[in-house]
Amino acid sequence: MDAPEIYLSADEIASRIPDGALIGVPKEDGGAAMEVTRALIRRKAKGLRLFTVPVSSIQADMLIGAGCVDEIETSGVSMGEFGFACRFRAAVQEGTIKIKDATCPALYAELQASEKGVPFMPLRGILGSDIHANRDDWMTIDNPLADSGDPIVLLPAVKPDVALFHARYGDRYGNVWVGARRECVLLAHASASTLVTVEEIWDGNLMDDDRMLAGTIPPIYVDTVAHAPQGAWPLSLNGAYERDGVHLREYAGAAKTDDGFAAYLDQHVFGKQAAA
Amino acid sequence: MEFSREELLICAVARMLDGCRNIAVGTASPIPGSAALLMQALTNGHARASILGSNVHNPFNDAGPELFDRAGQGRVDAFFLGGGQIDGEGNINLVGTGPYPNSDTRFPGSFGSGYLYFSVPRVILFREEHSRRVFVDKVDFISAPGWSPPDVHRPGGPYALITSLCVFIYDRDNHRFRLSGLLPGATLEEVRDNTGFDFDCPDGIGDIPPPEADRLELIRTRIAGEIAETYPEFARDRLGWQG
Repeated sequence: MDAPEIYLSADEIASRIPDGALIGVPKEDGGAAMEVTRALIRRKAKGLRLFTVPVSSIQADMLIGAGCVDEIETSGVSMGEFGFACRFRAAVQEGTIKIKDATCPALYAELQASEKGVPFMPLRGILGSDIHANRDDWMTIDNPLADSGDPIVLLPAVKPDVALFHARYGDRYGNVWVGARRECVLLAHASASTLVTVEEIWDGNLMDDDRMLAGTIPPIYVDTVAHAPQGAWPLSLNGAYERDGVHLREYAGAAKTDDGFAAYLDQHVFGKQAAA
Repeated sequence: MEFSREELLICAVARMLDGCRNIAVGTASPIPGSAALLMQALTNGHARASILGSNVHNPFNDAGPELFDRAGQGRVDAFFLGGGQIDGEGNINLVGTGPYPNSDTRFPGSFGSGYLYFSVPRVILFREEHSRRVFVDKVDFISAPGWSPPDVHRPGGPYALITSLCVFIYDRDNHRFRLSGLLPGATLEEVRDNTGFDFDCPDGIGDIPPPEADRLELIRTRIAGEIAETYPEFARDRLGWQG
């Protein structure tokens, strides 16, 4: 099925993400909008602030390596079995980006506070860690419902300017279907705007089918959709394709050096518009 | 009976999981994953393994906060963590060496450790590289502390530390590791030479027990096939899986 007329292209989506925006992105198997990521690098985006839900891999590493990122809040950036995320690593070691280290459930909690429209969310754990010691925006109070003591950490609501992800289906009504990827639902609920690329066009209304309904994000949360087949490549899209391990290994190797990374961008980002 | 190092470690981990109902396993953890599946098989599913990355052995359908929420409720009994650095009080560092934030060597990040180390009663530290680079006197950055003051709500914490040389048990009263057994071929001197922190050592320390014959058989048959779904290379190369 052809993309509905209301749909944009991945490059048009990238052009709607302003420099300096706070962008929330899912983890690598959660539907990473890699085609838009390449488009952001092509348009030479600057000063982006990444908020990973709760971790990232090649997506954050490429954006950082390309100089698009000023700041990242994350629980981890790694290429997993392919090794370290070398552009992330170099940027943090050299201090060219600001890092806000977190732990996974804290990032969810910060979005949950935004989703509920409350100023903060309490979370157990974290106390006595250097994660906490280095976060001026996190504070500790004594549980006001306890008789005494019982310290607990409060995390401020985080409202990304943009939620950005790649989903399996979109329909002509502006619905997108993410299935079990609840972190994308949370991200859409918590963010000021949501920009989505979709793998396939769903013929019909996703909200009319009870089997699809629970995994659907309706257009009250979705601002713009683009049709981007293979839009998560080289990462996986649940139910559609596995990650491209050969390519990820090639990237992890290339990203070890400035020259290798630049050559990778020339070939895979600037050299051609489409992914695969 | 002949057995491999991996088979020995799977059995060593499995003994630590005795009595656990919900066993969660994170990324890059084929040996803990095999041990969790072994306990699931031995208990006819009374113990439930959740293997991150598995489409079959994963009771979650949320892909987000669910694991952490369940851990917060006390419904995850065992979990596994590693560490770029681990010190004698059980503090773990997944962030980097040297100063912060501009580390000398930056690691990926703390992942769920800053939460799960507090909420999961049996956190088993698994770090194969046994060196003074890893096992330091004091970590450079605390991703998660090994212990907390008494007023901090903390049902969880370190339970044991497994390395390529030995097994330590964590003493929660004294915030120290106690050597529990050696892997075949390792010596106490070797452990001391390669450990940067002070630890307790009972007299007459010996090798950890060899795999139980029935468990070894189960690992080579059913468990090899089950873990292959998530870790095919590990199953093929280390457990002789022929699939």
